[in-house]
Amino acid sequence: MFSLEPFLDLPLIWYSLIIIAVLLYVILDGFDLGVGILFPFAPSDTCRDRMMNSIAPFWDGNETWLVLGGGGLFAAFPLAYAILMPALYIPVTLMLLGLIFRGVAFEFRFKAESSRRIWDYAFHFGSLLATLMQGMILGAVVQGIDVEGRSFAGGSFDWINAYSVMTGIALIFGYALLGSTWLVMKTEDATQDWARKSASYVLGYVGLFLGIVSVSMPLMKASIRELWFSLPNVFFLLPIPLLTAALFVLIWRDLHTGREYRPFFMSIGVFLMGYLGLGISLWPWLVPHQVTYHQAAAAPESQSLLLVGTAIMLPVVLAYTAYCYYVFRGKASHESAY
Amino acid sequence: MFDTLDPVLLARIQFAFTISFHIIFPAFTIGLASWLAVLEWRWLKTGNAIYAEIYRMWVKIFAVAFGMGVVSGIVMSFQFGTNWSVFADKSGNVLGPLLGYEVLTAFFLEASFLGVMLFGWNRVSPRMHFAATVIVACGTLISAFWILSANSWMQTPQGFRLGDDGLLYPTDWLAVVFNPSFPYRFAHMIVATYLTTAFVVGGIGAFYLWRRKHEKHARVMLGMAMIMAVFVAPTQLLLGDLHGLNTLKHQPAKVAAMEGLWETQRGAPLVLFGWPDQEAQTTRYAIEIPKLSSLILTHDLEGEVKGLKEWPRDEQPPVAWVFWSFRVMVGIGMLMILTGVMALVLHLRKRLFSTPWFQYWCMALTPSGFIAVLAGWFVTEIGRQPYIIYGVMRTAEAASPVGSQPIALSLAAFVVTYGVVFGAGVYYIARLIAKGPAAEETVYGDHGVPKPPLVAPRLTKKGGRHV
Repeated sequence: MFSLEPFLDLPLIWYSLIIIAVLLYVILDGFDLGVGILFPFAPSDTCRDRMMNSIAPFWDGNETWLVLGGGGLFAAFPLAYAILMPALYIPVTLMLLGLIFRGVAFEFRFKAESSRRIWDYAFHFGSLLATLMQGMILGAVVQGIDVEGRSFAGGSFDWINAYSVMTGIALIFGYALLGSTWLVMKTEDATQDWARKSASYVLGYVGLFLGIVSVSMPLMKASIRELWFSLPNVFFLLPIPLLTAALFVLIWRDLHTGREYRPFFMSIGVFLMGYLGLGISLWPWLVPHQVTYHQAAAAPESQSLLLVGTAIMLPVVLAYTAYCYYVFRGKASHESAY
Repeated sequence: MFDTLDPVLLARIQFAFTISFHIIFPAFTIGLASWLAVLEWRWLKTGNAIYAEIYRMWVKIFAVAFGMGVVSGIVMSFQFGTNWSVFADKSGNVLGPLLGYEVLTAFFLEASFLGVMLFGWNRVSPRMHFAATVIVACGTLISAFWILSANSWMQTPQGFRLGDDGLLYPTDWLAVVFNPSFPYRFAHMIVATYLTTAFVVGGIGAFYLWRRKHEKHARVMLGMAMIMAVFVAPTQLLLGDLHGLNTLKHQPAKVAAMEGLWETQRGAPLVLFGWPDQEAQTTRYAIEIPKLSSLILTHDLEGEVKGLKEWPRDEQPPVAWVFWSFRVMVGIGMLMILTGVMALVLHLRKRLFSTPWFQYWCMALTPSGFIAVLAGWFVTEIGRQPYIIYGVMRTAEAASPVGSQPIALSLAAFVVTYGVVFGAGVYYIARLIAKGPAAEETVYGDHGVPKPPLVAPRLTKKGGRHV
């Protein structure tokens, strides 16, 4: 049977691919969830129309990366999928409900007249709930999950604690930063001024929470402490916090000097650094401290088959995604969609 | 408080609810996407603005339905894990790649080009816009290909082996993807979505004709829908028959439940109606046509048809559900064929667009396709019980180690959420229908600007627009 196992380290490739899919999801859906988080704070309905229009052509594609993350995990690491999903039953369900409310709000809002306010709030609270749950899922997974044999062995509410609530709030601010810098890039005039103010306000909180997470991770596990602070490692890893700090300074400066594009891309940089730090700390676990990516890997035949498709399709997907962003380049208007 | 409830039963109800809700939207949007592509092609070819106006009306309805399909579909991709984690663990090697291919080859395609299709009018050339519509239509078909392949494999599994660790391993991918029931299920389902769309479009067209509004557009809608009813509805009968024969070969218990037959016999009668009683293992008050079942299923008046008693009770599907759903599906199919015949007769008498009773008839059949699709899926999904992977894994063994309480609560949350979303969606679609085609100027949010671009041209970047 066809298998690429003799030539490639398939589990490692798939681990990397899943990590990339989740990262792309976090960045891409991050900014449109962020727009939803900021939605009710915008100064006028016209602003809100522009905000909505700036993401309306993209949100659907952005959310597809979540399906790829979920579907890819099922395909490449069924064991991890089978352990994580029951463990995260409630937060995943709440996240999905949040995504439903915000997703339908795009269509309904522009068709509603008297009930428009309802969909404004559905969009906001849906985005907020989905983001909070994603952050809490991260916090819960980082702390570890009870596993017995091949299945989840903990309780339904294991995922709630002070730490996961903190990571949930942290992600809300993180996405708000992506959302506000996106709006700086994609809008103008009053909306842009307001987005700029929001971005500099949110930036401080993102720094605060990033600091808390960075300090708490090594405190939580001795192995992580060792990884980051043992002697040769510390020099290799030092660029990550230093680069992050530099990015913060640059974003702050750009927001106050009228730059339009750079703050968004540097906010993505901040996410990249945080993600990298997290990834290094959690390597090589899929279910932290329980199941590694090797243990969870699907049969090599299965990983091989999907890898062939991915090698062909992923560049194509990225190309037409880029094309769609190109088609809708420029500033968003507040006018009706279609 | 929910501890007395069986978690497996709750998980089944939840899956049945979320998948039934979800299938309504693809059943409509697969057909609608293809129809929109045809409309835009006619428009580009003939330059007739009627087609463009119909397109613009239905693309908005498409957007609402597609949006609801997307959000309810994301839920499905997580339900395998949340509610059926043992199934996910054991079958992941085989089914995972199929779902992965669905995401990579279909979901991204649909989602990305939907943006161009909806918002790209003034941003891309008409040809590129047409290409986007065709790509979205192809995306919906590719998506159906993979998900129906996965579903069919669960009905007629092959091309795998059972490992020593209890997991399933693929041995032949072509056998997995093109498993025995897949070609029939795929053809039957795609045609079903086309008919569903046709009867919705035809019903709305009839509504406009009845109200004497948008008559030019309505003639195109009703006319195109009736072409489908004349040619495609009979085709569906043939495809359904072939699918049924395939099921007889691979899942005879399902067919016995569809027919309400308990005893294995030669020259088996066709039970038209009756009340299957699983307790007593008999169909009460049966109205039968002698030997017809044998004729339909074996194409021989004296052919042998297996009855449900061939299987022990714990291997029998819930018969009444399968029996009745099957009759609902077939009954609607017959009504569709009858509609095609009536349309043909009226057309030959040149009264297709001016017969009030036919307009009422078409309006009444507007939701018929949805009911038939749901009933058909009830037949095939309930009919394969008690197995989740036919003959390999029982549904009861597949469930997640999750208690009754979270499942019951999340089920309640899904019911409430879907109720609100569905209600609002139907309401907004009804309003779009009430507005009708060629109503560009009254679209919400245009602030007095007709046919506005979504994104302002780059030239006005520093222009005097104020907020």
